Amino acid sequence: MSILTPPAILPDATAAAAPRPVRPARRAGRSRAARIRYSLTVLAFLLPSAIPLGLFVLGPMIAAAWISLHDWNLIAPMRFVGVDNFAQLLADPATGEVFLHTVGYIVGYLPLVYIGGLLLALALNQSLRGRTLWRGIYFLPVVTSWIVVAIVWRWLLNPSTGIVNTALAAVGVDGPGWWTDPAWAMPSIVIASAWKDLGFVMVILLAGLQSINPDLYDAARVDGAGAWRRLVSITLPMLSPSTFFVVVISLINGFQVFDQVYAMTGGGPGGASQVVVQQIYDLTFRYGAAGEASALSWMLFAVILAVTVAQIIGQKRWVHYA
Amino acid sequence: MNRTLHAAAGLAGITALLLAGCATQPAGETSTEDVTITYSNFISNGGNEENLAAIVEAFEAENPGITVEVTTLPYADYGTALQTDLAAGTVADVFDIEYANYAAYQANGVLAPLEVSTPDAYRPSLLEAYSTDGASYALPSSFSTVVMFYNADLFDAAGLEYPSAGWTWDDERAAAEALTDEAAGVWGDHQPVSFYEYYKVLAQNGEQFLADDGTSVAFNTPGGIEAAEWLVGKSGTVMPTIEQGQGTPDFDTNLFLEGKLGMLHTGIWMFGAFADVPFAWDIAVEPGNTDQASAVFSNAVGVSAASENVEAATKWAEFLTSSQTMVDIRLDAGWELPPVADEQALATYLEKDKPANRQAVFDSLDGVALPPVVAVGQTEMQDIIGEELVEAQAGRKTVEEALASAEERINALLAG
Repeated sequence: MSILTPPAILPDATAAAAPRPVRPARRAGRSRAARIRYSLTVLAFLLPSAIPLGLFVLGPMIAAAWISLHDWNLIAPMRFVGVDNFAQLLADPATGEVFLHTVGYIVGYLPLVYIGGLLLALALNQSLRGRTLWRGIYFLPVVTSWIVVAIVWRWLLNPSTGIVNTALAAVGVDGPGWWTDPAWAMPSIVIASAWKDLGFVMVILLAGLQSINPDLYDAARVDGAGAWRRLVSITLPMLSPSTFFVVVISLINGFQVFDQVYAMTGGGPGGASQVVVQQIYDLTFRYGAAGEASALSWMLFAVILAVTVAQIIGQKRWVHYA
Repeated sequence: MNRTLHAAAGLAGITALLLAGCATQPAGETSTEDVTITYSNFISNGGNEENLAAIVEAFEAENPGITVEVTTLPYADYGTALQTDLAAGTVADVFDIEYANYAAYQANGVLAPLEVSTPDAYRPSLLEAYSTDGASYALPSSFSTVVMFYNADLFDAAGLEYPSAGWTWDDERAAAEALTDEAAGVWGDHQPVSFYEYYKVLAQNGEQFLADDGTSVAFNTPGGIEAAEWLVGKSGTVMPTIEQGQGTPDFDTNLFLEGKLGMLHTGIWMFGAFADVPFAWDIAVEPGNTDQASAVFSNAVGVSAASENVEAATKWAEFLTSSQTMVDIRLDAGWELPPVADEQALATYLEKDKPANRQAVFDSLDGVALPPVVAVGQTEMQDIIGEELVEAQAGRKTVEEALASAEERINALLAG
């Protein structure tokens, strides 16, 4: 499952508008054998993605559900405890905290990456010199390993020797403690994440921009609409399917933020940037509570599912399909 | 993309491998055929890989038919890798463990009981540390102590006396203040703010981490607060602050290597790394306040209870931990200390230079602070005290607040 997979959750415009196609009446001449052959053909085409999906996604999810009902430290035999792990997580104030930190991350990250990506897309949609090169440059961080990016950002944001604070000092600003200060640890992660994902959002929005019919702009110009008016009344509404896709994907990924946290702060200082998946990791590999960790994975899955379903229902109000 | 699913995938993978591991495991049988045993370690990481290879070569020459396949991991990743391998049933035949984790691994049944052919070869206290109900479940592979390293040139330049056996915290503090020259980037002292330092400074102040029954903590006392203040108070006065980089990997040893650190609390495993520095340095036993107490770390090797070649694996474990080859190589390289009973064997260690005062290594054994060990929640306990001490170090909490919070959290943890 690549993040570049076309958005399957986006309802097809024609399917949404038109009534469900009526299934053609089965032709009397079509034999049972032919139908079986047809089904097998479909199956054969599905298998290449169905096998990895079952092996690496569905199977593990079921296994995690099973583990979540047990007490297990990875080493000793599992002990069945029913829903104790879930009860313990709900009673533990740390659970609420890690979800709160995760939501805090999303609230900081999403506007930053969307507005930044939109500005980039708008700029690189113009006929600039070396436009393709610029697009490539901005997309580069997307395909760079998170560990490398995190190490670079740790350097940049080093409170005493980092470039950012050195530059701030040059203009007379006393830079914050970034990842050593609990109040700044999450903003540090947000900045690094938004920087890395900017190119991804840019690419999606660029594709959206290029599918807007230029006639709309011409007509608006004739009617005397200025640049701002064209942006608000044409570009943004016409871009709403792409925006919807970006928001859905960013939220799904945002709830699962881990690599950058693990590599930049490890959840610190003092647990200030501890997020849900980092907690799952710690519970499994540091505190010998794989059962609790699996239960937390399922709780996270439930939250992501609920948020995504809510968005799909809510999209009717603001997403316009051409 | 989907990390929940990835996490779940990992767990399922573990489960599947565990099942596979169980299924393919034949009944243990001995054979005279060639066997290959695997050895997973962290002890040789960071400079002693070739020394380990030399021990392996000697073992293979002495035991034709047995091949040892070595995997070396950094210490920081080793624990996670070992746990995953244990869960997956892919653990090496012989693997490193630390003293602090021995109890948990033994209780979980992952260590095979060992038939030690020459138990007398080992320092009795070390062999005993890895025994449960009279049976050995692991063999000590080395031990090391934490001492105080000092840059003699900086001491000379400041006109100070070198640290000596009679020193206390006050002497260290006074020297550290005299040595610190922030403008020149020179700092007087460095001691990590962590669990491993805290239980030791508690002992140096006549206090202890856990109550005698081991079910609650005992550090939130006037003496415990004084010890914590000694630990965190260096930061920003005689030691760099967290903002200045303190606490990042290798920060302290690099500072010492650059000749910009007067005193450094670290383990004797650093002898090799400091051998070629362009300034004079030596070591002393760590000063205490009311008591002398030094941290002693001991590593060990266990044989997997699931190994198909327990006999060959035990042979290798014994060779690695008690052979003369190992003793010679370790002493020659200054690679911690061999866990052997023979004091004569250690004589050559004392004769070596860099540092000159190697006697301090043995003197530090006169007062030993052992880490507090709990059956469940060891890592969490260590994380909590480390986290709270750093809060105090950063000035976000007072030492009193940090210890009170640590006490409450750890007691809740120990109560289950």
